[in-house]
Amino acid sequence: MDEFDKLRVGLKSAPPAADAAAKAATLARAMENFDRAQETAKPARPMSDRSARTGILTGVRAMLSKFSTRPMLTATASVLAISVGLVVVLPALRQAPGMPEPVVVDVAKEKTGAPRAEDAAPDAVVAGGTAGLAPKVDETRADATIAPAEMAVSPDGSGAVMADTPAATAIGESSATLQGAVSSEPQNSAATDMLIVTPAPIGRAKSEADVGYAASTVYQGTASTTEAEAAQRAEPNTEAFASAEVNPVKIVAEDPVSTFSIDVDTASYAVVRSSLASGSLPPAEAVRIEEMVNYFPYDYPAPAADGAPFRPTVSVIQTPWNKDTRLVHIAIQGRLPALADRPSLNLVFLIDTSGSMDEPNKLPLLQQSFRLLLGQLHPEDQVAIVTYAGSAGEVLAPTPANDRAKILSALDRLAAGGSTAGQEGLQQAYQVAEGMKTKGEVTRILLATDGDFNVGISDPEELTKYIAEKRETGTYLSVLGFGRGNLDDATMQALAQNGNGQAAYIDTLSEAQKVLVDQLTGALFPIANDVKIQIEFNPTAIAEYRLIGYETRALAREDFNNDTVDAGEIGAGHQVTALYEVTPVGSPALHSDPLRYQTNGAATLEAEPSELGFLKLRWKEPGATTSQLMEQPIPLATAQTGDDVRFAAAIAGFGQLLGGSKYLGNWGWADAVALASGAKGTDTFGYRAEAVQLMRLGQSLSGN
Amino acid sequence: MVFIKVRDVSSQRHEISDQGTKDCTSSCVSSIVMLMDTSDETLAAAAAAGDRDAFAALLARHYDRIFGLCFRLTGARAEAEDLAQDICMALPVKLGSYRQVARFTTWLYRVTVNAAHDRRRRTATRIKAADGWGDWEIARQAEISEAEASQDWLAATMARLTPELRDTVALTLGEELSQAEAAEVLGVSEGTVAWRMSEVKKRLREMARAEGML
Repeated sequence: MDEFDKLRVGLKSAPPAADAAAKAATLARAMENFDRAQETAKPARPMSDRSARTGILTGVRAMLSKFSTRPMLTATASVLAISVGLVVVLPALRQAPGMPEPVVVDVAKEKTGAPRAEDAAPDAVVAGGTAGLAPKVDETRADATIAPAEMAVSPDGSGAVMADTPAATAIGESSATLQGAVSSEPQNSAATDMLIVTPAPIGRAKSEADVGYAASTVYQGTASTTEAEAAQRAEPNTEAFASAEVNPVKIVAEDPVSTFSIDVDTASYAVVRSSLASGSLPPAEAVRIEEMVNYFPYDYPAPAADGAPFRPTVSVIQTPWNKDTRLVHIAIQGRLPALADRPSLNLVFLIDTSGSMDEPNKLPLLQQSFRLLLGQLHPEDQVAIVTYAGSAGEVLAPTPANDRAKILSALDRLAAGGSTAGQEGLQQAYQVAEGMKTKGEVTRILLATDGDFNVGISDPEELTKYIAEKRETGTYLSVLGFGRGNLDDATMQALAQNGNGQAAYIDTLSEAQKVLVDQLTGALFPIANDVKIQIEFNPTAIAEYRLIGYETRALAREDFNNDTVDAGEIGAGHQVTALYEVTPVGSPALHSDPLRYQTNGAATLEAEPSELGFLKLRWKEPGATTSQLMEQPIPLATAQTGDDVRFAAAIAGFGQLLGGSKYLGNWGWADAVALASGAKGTDTFGYRAEAVQLMRLGQSLSGN
Repeated sequence: MVFIKVRDVSSQRHEISDQGTKDCTSSCVSSIVMLMDTSDETLAAAAAAGDRDAFAALLARHYDRIFGLCFRLTGARAEAEDLAQDICMALPVKLGSYRQVARFTTWLYRVTVNAAHDRRRRTATRIKAADGWGDWEIARQAEISEAEASQDWLAATMARLTPELRDTVALTLGEELSQAEAAEVLGVSEGTVAWRMSEVKKRLREMARAEGML
């Protein structure tokens, strides 16, 4: 009997007989629920004493009669006011002199980075740590999504509020600790005063803290009525970004060689954009300068048709933020083969359909994006769709790209739900990809996710190892990130880097167009694998250097010649830009003084240096295992620099401003805006104009 | 649609507006035996329309099946009983969404698998909330070693399979569904079920090999 049969027999006989007592109890409780379900199905009948006119006061009176103690009443009133984000203002009271003006305290607006009470209007009362502070209102405003069932506001402006007694009781009980957080003036004789929130007489700092706590308590207390919403709001932000320490200034005499892998990802720029567009500066660790610089199309000189698949161009300009240093701009332009001649493509869409994807900017955007992509495919290309959520499954078997109807209907059927079993999905996608592979074709998995790999990975290390293993089979893996909130940028980077692919972040349909339509060939057809760059600086010309960006792509000096060490890929037509800030020997901008006891041998080697450094590139033809080498010297200065170089420098400055770099001196946002807007060039698609807008937004958001 | 209704005094409060049940006082047979013969689908429709006895009959008929699958999915009696209770208690409301497209048992299996899934997810979230994957992995390893300590080959084997594979074998091997039926329950293609079964075989072989080396 083999293991499988053993499992079959085991499972067959596994369940013990159901326990009679447990069964009886369950059936009885189910029947109770059944009866309850029947009762609630009937429409509620109005009570005889509650006519439309008297209902409001009756409700308030009924509620008051339930409580006898003043503290309880205070607490209830406060909590009601807070949890519902509603305030009622009697016009007469508002005009009375000396009467504090009420404000709305709206706890529904979480995550807005609310202003502190002191910073807001002087008559602001309270703001929780997470509570937004709405402007004063002189009309009743109810947040209908919070508790429509419990609260009713009289439309005639009398400002009375009726609360359903049970709900009020529940809230009051769950939040009895709130007394003092917000002070109110409960008076049994004038019930309508109850919900006027007046300034807390006690210290503001304290009341802030208390209400912050109160707000979270209220969430729990009312969770039963608005469970889904509360759960959604309360979900912590679980974004994780791949980042490393900013590259330090290095001294040429000690460390003349700089080695890194090229990187054609663009995800960081899109993340930065989505943060700025939503009104906040991006977290510093989300800023990867090389991905921001490489986001933009540049007009670099193209390689010769029969030579290497790409061509490097080096320019040296004065650093915009420091007149005593130079900026070495290394541009690499990949060859763009004729579109019609491209090899056939096997695409496996591996789509995350977990519950977290159920947001307008995730799954629906993804579906639209892939629809755009379909238009770019040739009839002989093949498409398959594998989804993963609670269960992984192939929802579309490999289908020729010209059978659009079939592919589109499979795309449209996707629906989000369940948790994310990323690993099983990946395994199946690789298996499907294996089946589609034919010689001479390019096979690529496009993983679309919000990065929330929460189930099914026994070990994240194991996952990247698995991908690195699969990389050897020649299948490429690209990652498209969607949505914010639990974007696991770090995992996405790891997957794409290990899978010989590219990571892009898609926040809008126009970004989808850029990545999947305009730059499709680059994104999908590699022309050079494992591209590494090494620069040796000339100590007679350069005293210090600093690589801007590429922190997550650093390589050890000896890895440059080691063909087993993985590095980035260049796709057809891709452009890669790297920037060094270098400090010439004798420049006043030097960070460190020369050493007293070291013989300065370099200076004597060559009185008049003619080269700034030496650039070496290594790459492999796709499918090859041994690398090729390309070398060229870097001149001391280049004749002229175009818009492209200056724009790249502006973006590098932008990235450093966002990341809080210490090397910029007094160079600020206004300088970045000026430099970028002066270097927009033709800017056919408006990407550079958009970047200038983002810089201006960053300037406003950072407050200078 | 034939509605079968058992009339007694207490059923007054189940008066419902459905036309089909209005005048069955005379024609309906007051017999539990008849309920036993009625198809699941008919009972489910009657229960959804508010027929208390139909619901009771349906529950009595399927409780053991629900419990059995729960046990196969969770591997622990207490857990299975809790899960079965959750499912039964939610059924009165859930029945409203049963559209008679699938067989009742297929639908019930799906409800059960989803409930087990939700439960697992809640547990995972709780554990994950502590400190990310590290703890989750530790908890999983603990689960595995616990099962092994109990000398229970089946539990240890099931614990080593991913939740998806566990669901699939519970349905195909445990409940003896065909791959097509299991696919319908799980909402995946038949090919996926076949792939998962081959994956299970592969993993079982790997596990056996690993044990042989010990």
